[in-house]
Amino acid sequence: MISLLALIWSPLLAYVMFGPALGTAAPYVLLPAIPSVIVLYVMAVRRWRESGVAVLGVTLVCFWLLMAVSAPYLPLHDPDKPILPLMLPGSIAHGMRFLLGTDMRGRDILSRTLWGSQRILVWGITATSVAYAVGGACGLIGGYLGGWWDEMMSFAANVLLSFPVMVLFILVLNLLGQSGFNIIIAVTCSSAPVIMRIVRGLTLEARSRDYIQAAQTRGEHPLWIMLVELLPNVRGPIIVDSCLRLGYTTAAITTLTFLGLGLQPPDPDWGLMIKEAASTAVLWKYSYMVIAPALALSSLILGFNLIADGLREMSLRD
Amino acid sequence: MSFPPNIDAAPILECRHLSVCYDSRAGSVPAVVDFNLTLERGEAHGLVGESGCGKSTIALAIMRHLGRSGRIAGGQILFQGRDILAMSAEELRRTRGAAIAMVYQEPMASLNPSMTVGEQLVEVPMFHDGCTRPEAQTRARTMLERVHMTDGERIMRAYPHQISGGQQQRIVIAMALLSHPRLLLLDEPTTALDVTVEAGIVDLIREISAELGTSMLYISHNLGLVRAICDRITVMYAGEAVEVGVVSRVFGAMRHPYTLGLIASMPVPTADKTSRRLEPIPGQPPTPRDRPPGCGFGPRCAYFVPGRCDQETVPLRDLGGTEGEGLRGDHDLAAHDLAAHDLALRLHASRCLRIAEIPWNAPPMSTPAPASPPAGEVVLAVEHLVKRYHKVQANDALTFDARRGETVAIVGESGCGKSTLARILMGLTPATSGSVRFRSLELSRLPVTRRSTKTLRGLQMIFQNPFDTLNPSHTVGWQIARVIRKFGVEREEPRVGARVRELLDLVRLPHEIAGRRPRQLSGGQKQRIGVARAFAGNPALVVADEPVSALDVSVQAAVIDLLMDIQRRHGTTLLFISHDLSVVRHLADRIIVMYLGQIMEQGRTLEVFAPPYHPYTEALLAAVPIADPRISKRAVLLKGEIPSASSPPLGCRFSTRCSYRIAGTCDTRAPPVQEFSAGHRVACHLPREQLLAMRPVFEETTT
Repeated sequence: MISLLALIWSPLLAYVMFGPALGTAAPYVLLPAIPSVIVLYVMAVRRWRESGVAVLGVTLVCFWLLMAVSAPYLPLHDPDKPILPLMLPGSIAHGMRFLLGTDMRGRDILSRTLWGSQRILVWGITATSVAYAVGGACGLIGGYLGGWWDEMMSFAANVLLSFPVMVLFILVLNLLGQSGFNIIIAVTCSSAPVIMRIVRGLTLEARSRDYIQAAQTRGEHPLWIMLVELLPNVRGPIIVDSCLRLGYTTAAITTLTFLGLGLQPPDPDWGLMIKEAASTAVLWKYSYMVIAPALALSSLILGFNLIADGLREMSLRD
Repeated sequence: MSFPPNIDAAPILECRHLSVCYDSRAGSVPAVVDFNLTLERGEAHGLVGESGCGKSTIALAIMRHLGRSGRIAGGQILFQGRDILAMSAEELRRTRGAAIAMVYQEPMASLNPSMTVGEQLVEVPMFHDGCTRPEAQTRARTMLERVHMTDGERIMRAYPHQISGGQQQRIVIAMALLSHPRLLLLDEPTTALDVTVEAGIVDLIREISAELGTSMLYISHNLGLVRAICDRITVMYAGEAVEVGVVSRVFGAMRHPYTLGLIASMPVPTADKTSRRLEPIPGQPPTPRDRPPGCGFGPRCAYFVPGRCDQETVPLRDLGGTEGEGLRGDHDLAAHDLAAHDLALRLHASRCLRIAEIPWNAPPMSTPAPASPPAGEVVLAVEHLVKRYHKVQANDALTFDARRGETVAIVGESGCGKSTLARILMGLTPATSGSVRFRSLELSRLPVTRRSTKTLRGLQMIFQNPFDTLNPSHTVGWQIARVIRKFGVEREEPRVGARVRELLDLVRLPHEIAGRRPRQLSGGQKQRIGVARAFAGNPALVVADEPVSALDVSVQAAVIDLLMDIQRRHGTTLLFISHDLSVVRHLADRIIVMYLGQIMEQGRTLEVFAPPYHPYTEALLAAVPIADPRISKRAVLLKGEIPSASSPPLGCRFSTRCSYRIAGTCDTRAPPVQEFSAGHRVACHLPREQLLAMRPVFEETTT
């Protein structure tokens, strides 16, 4: 399972973040990820088949994952090349067919939407993972060690939580400059305190258990207790929360790009697409420009949320 | 409300061929099968059995509170002659609160934490009888006196968390009684309470049934309690009533192998490990899903006959007047005979095919246990140990020792500081002052993180809660192997595996259990793994913190026997922390009685269980519920509640509750320690002659 995720994740990460540096090798990097996504999907559906909600969610998410890893191999137009502006969906020009039309600069919307999934998935999932690593570690340390550690962590978390989320985002991005990495930092700043509180609460509950005392009385190192004895027992609610948070982070990143913060043009990105189309799409005729990326975004977020719902439902059942 | 005309003639509660199922994904699972019960006015009926036998399900069925998955699959429940199953939602609601009241195990769960006790009490008469507020308040106050809450005014103003568990349970009972119920369902109402508090509640319940004539269905796993409270008893096993009858008949002349087994597996306060081994019932109770054919108890029964007991469903047979004669199965009774049949069942009935063949009066299967080796050198010496948490003095001047191969029991109620002592020994918290010497190593302020591996493996602990003692995320084998590697017992992989199997053999579990996760194990199995884990490094001293208190009686016996065997083989010193005096009497060589952080009495087991007693020991002994009818016990009154540990009474800490208190002495000066024989010490102001003249609490009457 973990190796599958790694097989999907590392190529995608490399492709999106360091694409230009890879040079001619770039298109081949993503090849192993395509079968991995399919295997992952089959495994997930098998495992969660009792929950229709989870299956629907995983279908949506895996669809976008598949699009993200296979975009370079699909017969699509170049997402960044202006061809003919303002073509309506389904129209044909220069012997090319534009299923979803083109935007006002003449770029193919279908191609941009599918390519756009790459960036949103990579940055969204990476940012959430980093936030989880930081928040989870702080929560485990604060909850298990308690005392001074807990005071310090909780204080820092409370300070960060006192900022409205958007203010925090804008502050971080303006202070550190606008880049994908800084988006990760911004998301971590806003999500990690919440995650820390969840993990801390779960840890506090678990650390009073006899099996933790048993580990202490045989002289285990605190790090071992946190990672081996505690972490596996608090992971259930965390996994559910992480799916919800993925959806939330995705929405937040798109909002940021929509506001012109964070990821910059010209790369295809759903937030950017909506932003660029917003002025033109006031005309009913051109609303298709907004609808494609907006639907894509909502279906991805819905997918994450449905997985979270399904997981929770299944965990409640037994 | 319209009642049938024979309302006064009808029994309060009747269950006729009641069956309850729980629906699950894997299909319908029967939880209660063909259950019959007749409860007359003013009668107390006990429902006993181990966990999962369906006794709580019956109570829930009567209240029609089975939830979404539970379903009454057959039979009738008649309340005062009216079918509860046919009642409308509105009728049911009125009946539930007013005519049938229920008291649950956990009092805090029945009380609203955000309302004062007074408000909650006053609500009841205002709602049910339409009383005015002042009138309701008077009634509430009267009821508080009735449940012996002397400090009524203060209690009324208190929030539930501000009063003790025993007081909370009294409030719950008072609330139940305020609506003048005709039927009181009590589901393990004292299980969460200390023994002396439990004894008080039991007295109260007996009083209520005698004075108010409320009918009661008393659910408990404790045979002794049921014997003390009830007129009649139903012993449940795997969803079936296996023995029904008048308490004196069932306890005096039991006629079902399961009842016999339960009694044999219970330690009694007049016998110890050298006179008699506990006889556990082999195996585990079946889950409702895989109930065996024929007799449900068959696979665990010593008198099982293949081809006979495992064929048809065994009917409940009336034992009537003369035993073994005129046996009638209830299936040959026509429906119109039901009333007569019920009457017959009232005296004594059993669900066993071999009633006439089993030698019931053979002496209880008592295998004398091998004698323990004489106690060796001192392994643990505790001197003047003090532990303070801010203002709370959890341990005060504890002095005792434990020798090689010896079992020293530490007895006391919650808050007596016995668990704090365990934590200090294990190095989880440092002592404030005093010394703890373990094999000549000073441990009192040596935290567990700074102890050497040799010390760690020499001093291990068995924990109380079987559901908590193992990490749910790892397999059992992995957890045992971790201890073996951590303690450096073995290092190479195959030898670690071999040692794991060796330990599983030691606790008599099959090897394939190593690959399972804790949730696939029963409570008893988990506790055995806990024992295996503690003994992985051949410790010299094992601290066992209530290791069997959460287990069913038949399983408890097996774990106790196991512990005793391992201890005997390895010469381990066992520090056994417990609140259960019967268990302690059974296995301990010496007993230390603690109260509010201090040692009240210590001595060899026989000395502690016989006069001279410390007054607290006397009260503790008198609070033990006894199921064996051959033992009679003397009642000892214990006043009030355990005081808060943050402001212990001056002088003798027990003085506020002691019935022998000498005013001016006991409440001002700390009591002197009087030594009666080598090692038998009692901390009390009473004159030596008075202590020596005390009468024993238990007397064995030979029948």
